[in-house]
Amino acid sequence: MIVRLAALLILFVLIRTGESHAVQPDERLADPMLEARARDISKGVRCLVCQNQSIDDSNADLAKDLRILLRERLTAGDSDQKIRDFLVARYGDFVLLKPPMKASTYALWFGPLVILVLAIIGLIVFFRRRAALDTTSSGAASLNTEERARLATLLDGKAGDDKGNPA
Amino acid sequence: MIAEIGHFSLILALAIALVQAVLPMAGAARGNAAWMATAAPAALMQLACIATAFGCLMYSFVISDFTVANVVQNSNSLQPMIYKVSATWGNHEGSMVLWVLILAVFGAMVAAFGRNLPPSLKARVLSVQSMVGVGFLLFILLTSNPFERVFPAPLDGRDLNPLLQDPGLAFHPPMLYIGYVGFSMAFSFAIAALIEGKVDAAWARWVRPWTLVAWSFLTAGIGLGAWWAYYELGWGGWWYWDPVENASFMPWLVGTALLHSSIIVEKRDALKTWTVLLAILTFSLSLIGTFLVRSGVLTSVHAFATDPERGVFILLLLVIAIGGSLALYAWRAPRLKGGGLFAPISREGALVLNNLLLTTAAATVFIGTLYPLFLEAIGGGKVSVGPPFFNATFVPLMIPLILALGVGPMLGWKRGDLIGAVARLKFAFAFTLSVAVVAAYISWGRSIFGVLGLTLAGWLAGCVLVEFGARIGLTRVGGGDVLRRMAGLPRAAMGMTIAHLGFAITVAGASGASLWQDEVIQFLRPGETLSIVEYDFTLRSVDTVQGPNYTAQRGIFTVRHDGAVVTTLAPERRRYVVTGTETTEAALYTQWYADLYAVIGKGDDKGAWTVHLFFKPLVPWIWGGTLLMVFGGFVSLSDRRLRIGAPTARRTAAHADPAAQPAE
Amino acid sequence: MPRILFIAPLLLFAIVAAYLAIGLTKNARILPSALLDQPVPSFDLPPLKNDKPGLATADLQGDVMLVNVFASWCVPCRAEHPLLMQMTHDKTVPIIGLNWKDKKADARAWLAELGDPYTRIGHDPSGRAGIEWGVYGVPETYVIDRGGRIRYKHVGPMFREVLTETVLPLIKELRK
Repeated sequence: MIVRLAALLILFVLIRTGESHAVQPDERLADPMLEARARDISKGVRCLVCQNQSIDDSNADLAKDLRILLRERLTAGDSDQKIRDFLVARYGDFVLLKPPMKASTYALWFGPLVILVLAIIGLIVFFRRRAALDTTSSGAASLNTEERARLATLLDGKAGDDKGNPA
Repeated sequence: MIAEIGHFSLILALAIALVQAVLPMAGAARGNAAWMATAAPAALMQLACIATAFGCLMYSFVISDFTVANVVQNSNSLQPMIYKVSATWGNHEGSMVLWVLILAVFGAMVAAFGRNLPPSLKARVLSVQSMVGVGFLLFILLTSNPFERVFPAPLDGRDLNPLLQDPGLAFHPPMLYIGYVGFSMAFSFAIAALIEGKVDAAWARWVRPWTLVAWSFLTAGIGLGAWWAYYELGWGGWWYWDPVENASFMPWLVGTALLHSSIIVEKRDALKTWTVLLAILTFSLSLIGTFLVRSGVLTSVHAFATDPERGVFILLLLVIAIGGSLALYAWRAPRLKGGGLFAPISREGALVLNNLLLTTAAATVFIGTLYPLFLEAIGGGKVSVGPPFFNATFVPLMIPLILALGVGPMLGWKRGDLIGAVARLKFAFAFTLSVAVVAAYISWGRSIFGVLGLTLAGWLAGCVLVEFGARIGLTRVGGGDVLRRMAGLPRAAMGMTIAHLGFAITVAGASGASLWQDEVIQFLRPGETLSIVEYDFTLRSVDTVQGPNYTAQRGIFTVRHDGAVVTTLAPERRRYVVTGTETTEAALYTQWYADLYAVIGKGDDKGAWTVHLFFKPLVPWIWGGTLLMVFGGFVSLSDRRLRIGAPTARRTAAHADPAAQPAE
Repeated sequence: MPRILFIAPLLLFAIVAAYLAIGLTKNARILPSALLDQPVPSFDLPPLKNDKPGLATADLQGDVMLVNVFASWCVPCRAEHPLLMQMTHDKTVPIIGLNWKDKKADARAWLAELGDPYTRIGHDPSGRAGIEWGVYGVPETYVIDRGGRIRYKHVGPMFREVLTETVLPLIKELRK
């Protein structure tokens, strides 16, 4: 099932897979700080003509265009956030690999935490119930005379196995 | 002719599966021994038919029968034989036949080796297994028939996707499927138990081996996939949180939880409803995974060609199988009586915590993978959920898991002494501290998270070693006795030690690989040298090379360390003749602590070539750790107690139900 | 244990299954436009042909029109072209061309071969103007209203069904 096949339905001619690491030497900025920022941002931008790759990883033309574009903007002095906003304005939230935190994604970002909390609560409740069971069932006084007599008959009458387990 | 035999075998298998799904189940309900007894032979016959079909398909590929549509689409006369063979399952239709084949293999194994199973349980288990088989055989015959002919036969085929023409990837699907599909057995056992209304230690003992087999193979399959991605895709990554990767990871997480909670059912007769639910959920996640990959609802590098008709069919299968089983659970599970009590701080408590964290992690991956779909369905727009999300949510869950994993095995059953356990872990603390110091030193200047990851791994490894040492009496008895105790350890305990150690090593590898890698990119001309860390790569030449069905540009690098030649690396950039697809074949130099990774890219037509070099520390530990985990699973499987099963079942065959013997 | 806890997994699955079913009706690969109902982006492109004007933001005001992004190397563009030619022949709606990441000579030859349905063609060899529009492949077709706002984006080749069911009614609506 997890066979890495590229999809056969190619709508856009630009899709290519399995190519080498994408950033070309001549794309890189001279300033290492800016280049590091560029790489960082690229890793978080989706390649729109690929299937689940960042523009940093992809060799598609559009990926290359966007890489060059964001390096130009970095050189022009834009902040990381401004560049991301620029891309989102044109391509939508989909272009960012890290989903934004907004009303429509609260369920996404807080979901795991909510589940964890619910699970922990569930666990506490589970242990509390078990503890309650423990105290009620361990009291011999909870059996009345009739029940105790029945219990005695059961223990004497039927032979359990050698280890003393009831049959 | 062969293709028709294959097709007919599948139809025959379907007929047998229908019988096997109904008759034994009815027999168990009525107490009809003859009907129940049909299950085992039916399962064996089903296997024979499906194996025949699979064999026919493979034969068609091997002889390059281009009258079979599937062969045309996925093979080519120039293709090397090994890939003609692996092309059998390297496509949607063929892989579905592999799916049902493995389903049938598991059924047949229970039929053949499940001699000490009570007849009614065995009948029900095989019935349920067959019901799943019916669903998928129908799916194949109605929507994904691999034996369709094409007339007139083309002169040659379209070639298997070059990315799949790789030895690693040839083994990846079969292993993965044994994993996924193997969990169907735990599922069948769970459903059978719900129908019977009884879950006991014996049940857990019978389920255990099947779960272990499935888990071990799934671990191997996922590891193999990650390894393949690493060396094949050319940028040295090994996990992308791609929907289809997640589709295999979720069953793994829940399957690991299942493995651990079934221990509690076996030893303490507790957590029965939870374990049954896990068994259902693990296979359900496998089924949902099947849906995700083949229906086109999610974008992924892995997705097969999509067809809405197939998507609808699988969804129907899901609704019936998962919906049905969860409905059965809602109805019958309350009947299962709870068993042994235990304190929150105890071995059971630690296992419960393990389960909690693993299932929350699985839920997290589930939410992340399906959220884009959910949001779009309610008209909330399109959003991407990529690695940044999973790194932020999944990784933090692993931290308490690893911490608890160290302490858990040190706690006693029923009521554990936490202070005492922690005190006994003194050595582990010291070990952890030294690992942290060493990690910080060697990685000075790089990501601090790497140090954190390694420290956690060190903690786990230290605890595992302490626990093992305590078991073999390392500090208490003499050398000879220690060895004797080691040899006499129950295999399940050895397996646990090995697997947990493997996990620690994988965590260390993953931390180092993700956070500490070095990378250089440069244009290089023959004769020039590029350096990374203390290694110098000199490009000697770039030659054009001819392969069986491709041409390649191959760069020859001499690698030096401190002036001395260490190795020669020859990365390639291939262009496959038939499809025109280009792939990179990276060249790796692997040492025990790191990989050197070289990639050659496009030339600039002026004699210079794009060269990417990576230094990837601790990557080999990822593969090594995974191998250890798989090995640990198999060691555990070889435990005598699992093969004998519940011995009293034979002695008390005269009684209506076998007494449950507690495990040691 | 309360009954509800046992039913919860089933209920949760029902919700998931419902979403998966809805998901089957969607196309995961189409990215909707982020610029819907927004004014056309600011850009200025030189002409592709000598006898036909280029394209800039100002040219997209005042009338309902289609902007078609195309390239000579794009196979589906070839498939949709006859439909565009017919629309121009029937004077359905003015069609503006945006020649994306293409060489002038190639594009001109392509139009010479297949016909030229465009009233204007902007030449965007670098693809930068395309990025402003949120173009991520070819062909794409945009419906622009009188006020110069993007009202609809069609990704992929234009089909007759899409035309009759969505685009033409929209154009009619916008012309009122």
